[in-house]
Amino acid sequence: MTGAARSRPNLLAGALTAAWLVVVAVPILAMISWSLQSQQDLLDHGPLAPPTDVTFENFAAVFDMGFAGYMGNTLMVTAAVIVLTLLLSIPAAYAVVRSRSLLASASFRVFLLGLAIPAQAVIIPVYLIITKMGLNDTLAAVVLPTVAFNLPLVVLILSGSLRDISGELYDAMTVDGAGSLRMMLSLVLPLSRGSITTVSVFVGLGAWNSFIFPLIFLHSPDKKVLTLGLQSFRQEFGINLPGMMMGVLLSALPIFVLYLFARRWLVAGLAGVGGK
Amino acid sequence: MTADLPPAAARRTRRATGRAAAIPRPNLLYILPAAVFFGFFALLPLVLVVALSFTTWTGIGDPEPAGTANWERLFDDDKVFAAGRTTLLLTVLSWTTQTPLALLIGVWAAGRQRNRAVLSAIFFLPLLLSSAAIALMFHRFLDPNFGLAADLGPVFGFDDGNIIGTRGGALAAIVFVVGWQFVPFHTLIYQAAARNIPAVLYDAATIDGAGRVQAFWRITLPQLRNTIVTSSTLIIVGSLTFFETILLLTNGGPGISTHVLPFLMYRAGFENYEFGYAATIATLLVVAGTTLSLLIVRFSGFAKMRSTLEGL
Repeated sequence: MTGAARSRPNLLAGALTAAWLVVVAVPILAMISWSLQSQQDLLDHGPLAPPTDVTFENFAAVFDMGFAGYMGNTLMVTAAVIVLTLLLSIPAAYAVVRSRSLLASASFRVFLLGLAIPAQAVIIPVYLIITKMGLNDTLAAVVLPTVAFNLPLVVLILSGSLRDISGELYDAMTVDGAGSLRMMLSLVLPLSRGSITTVSVFVGLGAWNSFIFPLIFLHSPDKKVLTLGLQSFRQEFGINLPGMMMGVLLSALPIFVLYLFARRWLVAGLAGVGGK
Repeated sequence: MTADLPPAAARRTRRATGRAAAIPRPNLLYILPAAVFFGFFALLPLVLVVALSFTTWTGIGDPEPAGTANWERLFDDDKVFAAGRTTLLLTVLSWTTQTPLALLIGVWAAGRQRNRAVLSAIFFLPLLLSSAAIALMFHRFLDPNFGLAADLGPVFGFDDGNIIGTRGGALAAIVFVVGWQFVPFHTLIYQAAARNIPAVLYDAATIDGAGRVQAFWRITLPQLRNTIVTSSTLIIVGSLTFFETILLLTNGGPGISTHVLPFLMYRAGFENYEFGYAATIATLLVVAGTTLSLLIVRFSGFAKMRSTLEGL
């Protein structure tokens, strides 16, 4: 991307990115500014004015409405989705790459077909299955289908990285008398740490932000996750716009922190979806 | 997509021949749990959705057979056709706005300059928010009394600031919000792909006297061909199924003007408790979504596309 053609300032690109910067930054700045002022301040000074009197009353209001409980449920769902997805997909990817069985490669083909199934389109039968299992209104109802729809992409990404492990390493372990379980634990796991982190981030973000499965399965207030909590904040806060914005801001705060300290992993995890 | 399997298998076989000690291989128990899980929660629903479309079910008790009643109703339902048209319109608008924007910003962000890195870090911020958070945030901004819409509405010809109160305004708002959310993601894909274009191509073009615009049209765009297909597939299949933004931003209104198929399905099932009819709409969605992605895969060689992201 160097050379003479690139040395002149690119005015068109400059203008476009400046415009896009406004589009991206104004809503985010307004969200932060609203959440730090009182409703009265917002009404008096208009939506784009910075807060004249910084207040944390919205922070307290959000917690009064059960924010901590929603956050706890989201954390549990996210952790369970990551752990269960990895527990199922790492051995599966290992078998896809190393097994010579026709059934293993047939399963892989079925997984690949699964990439084309839109999860939103099958919520009705998933609802039937979960209801018949008696899991309606439990966090497990959100976790199980989310994990299932993660598997195709995650197995695809993991098996891609597992293919890079040289056969000689397996040979060496055979000489040492290792079985296939030990190979998975002490060869495959350490060597695919990078892609395991990437898929964990991707899967975790998806679970953190998921809306449709919680929407149809979680009804009791003490079962709700953050995204649903935000939806009920809208009714509870009514025209209290700053309170609502504080809720939106706080729901993304842990991800913002992750972005600050582990941007490389987060971006890699997000781009992992691009392979889909 | 599956075409890369046989050569890999062949390689493995070759590698193994002539070796005395048998290398332990994972047995089927390693893939079985994942396969069963996926089969039960993802493949079974695919079969069930079709079966349910021939039943009536209120969500309680068991589904009752209903023959083809749901299907007859579907083909007679004006709302379904209106929703289909709206879905198509939103897909076209999303693609035509998101693709050029993401492509240009992505190529720009691929440059290694310091200011570009800093700005890209800001550009990716919307990726950190959930669809629900983004939709609710913009719902508040679009509030005609208190939000930004009161100030911005008149600029775009909405004197009362009630942008989402009209069909055109509501559709534009959805396209904008969805673009705000997803352009950063597609930018990320294009950025990664543009960084993989060999610099030597640009050097050669410069020697031949090509300017920046020519280099973009003759090198960047052709080199990004696969990425454009990947990104477009995600936009198109995504538009077919997105629904959170609409539920939370416009709730399908005004009237039925922003009803899309997933929204109709959700309403039929979880608000009107007509799960049989909802499953009929869902079947339509599954068929459309799966056909669309398989068609794109078939005609564009999806397997090759993954390589554009290698090395990221």
